Amino acid sequence: MKPEYDLLVIGGGPGGALAARTAAEKGLRVGLVEKRSAIGVPVRCAEGVGRDLIEEFMEPDPSWISAEIDRAVLVAPDGYRMTLEPSMAGSEVGYVLDRKRFDRDLVMQAADAGADVQVRARAVAPIMENGAVAGARIEANGAVEEVRARVTVAADGVESKFARWCGIDTAVPLAEIETCVQYLMTGIEIDPAATVFYLGNEVAPEGYVWVFPKGERTANVGVGISGKKCRDGSRPLDYLNRFVKEHFPDGRVVEWVIGGVPVCQPLERTVADGLVIIGDAARVADPITGGGIYNAMFTGRLAGQTAADAIARGDVSANALMTYDHGWRESKLGKSLERNYKIKEYFLTLSDEKLNRLIHSISRMDLSKFSVLNVVTELVKHDPSLLLELRALRNIL
Amino acid sequence: MAYYNGMLVIRRDVCGYCGCCVSVCPVGALELIDAYLSVEGDCSSCGVCARACPLGALEVADEA
Repeated sequence: MKPEYDLLVIGGGPGGALAARTAAEKGLRVGLVEKRSAIGVPVRCAEGVGRDLIEEFMEPDPSWISAEIDRAVLVAPDGYRMTLEPSMAGSEVGYVLDRKRFDRDLVMQAADAGADVQVRARAVAPIMENGAVAGARIEANGAVEEVRARVTVAADGVESKFARWCGIDTAVPLAEIETCVQYLMTGIEIDPAATVFYLGNEVAPEGYVWVFPKGERTANVGVGISGKKCRDGSRPLDYLNRFVKEHFPDGRVVEWVIGGVPVCQPLERTVADGLVIIGDAARVADPITGGGIYNAMFTGRLAGQTAADAIARGDVSANALMTYDHGWRESKLGKSLERNYKIKEYFLTLSDEKLNRLIHSISRMDLSKFSVLNVVTELVKHDPSLLLELRALRNIL
Repeated sequence: MAYYNGMLVIRRDVCGYCGCCVSVCPVGALELIDAYLSVEGDCSSCGVCARACPLGALEVADEA
């Protein structure tokens, strides 16, 4: 790292890479530090993402696409399978990525745009000046050096500490961390073009089991449960082992992926003087699916743009950077985070029995006009006994 | 292979250094440093991290 940049990005995931690339393309002097010794490793992700979402940022590259997905299957607690075809609006086709390659490609794009990149370099403290963030102290190879920056981007993921050191409380409530374990399994019988989600208290309390194809006979098989439901003997690893024993007893595990996904509301404020917080560090993962790749890239790009504008105007105060905070909250992403958080809260109130009835009813509907509000309206028509439960959801929406 | 800092026991052979615990710590006492987890002075022994751990690698000492 040089001693001074316009923009310093803490963290080399998809969010940090987009912030760095965007700012470098706008002519800013950009530095990006990643504490790990390799970009994209270890993976902490089920690797699923919508196709349109990726295309918003770049041309899909076959080298980082493990599988193309045409449909999703929802398995109700009673085992009933509902298939969501792409013809249904709201159900999107997508990719299962190879995050090791994907993340590295994104950081290389940032480097190509002119950003300096340093791996195995960890931010250990912010540089504070008159209450404003003015860069970070970076530890690398046993030495600590000061890297000054006009704007610093906290892109340090679920275990984010940088914003905390700047005085912002980023703690995730125990009930709102999805604690997850995933195996990369091979030699298993799967539908290589379908993602499968298993719901229910028995398989994954306040979470779900996923099977995301990575090839003909290879898939990410994982479980996420609420931290509130996690105890010795009923940790995600226990649920995963039970699931695998039942569904893929002959499969081989070639990789473990472990991690936490924040499904809480986003931080109340994602900027401070000289600081912008993005992606999982800002707690902007989707509260229903836990998906965070697009959300990180979207907030990362917006952070890069906002920082460039603020620096050009010579004002990097929290007030000036609020354009970023308002920008993502008012975007389609922000609206969907707000709505999905409420839907998640509603779904947590449902018993397995009610969830079964809901899924059975949805599967009998004409889903070509699929939208959340339509579903609610249609459901009440199909099964008036759901009226009371659904009234709550409808009021939310 | 355990590491004891006075409040929290980290079973390093179980820990997957994923950072899940870091995100739920109410006082910011945990830090994920590349491939290991460190506990700093502010730990209040609340045990939230031990609850959240996907693998069961953490234990509050006075419960042991």
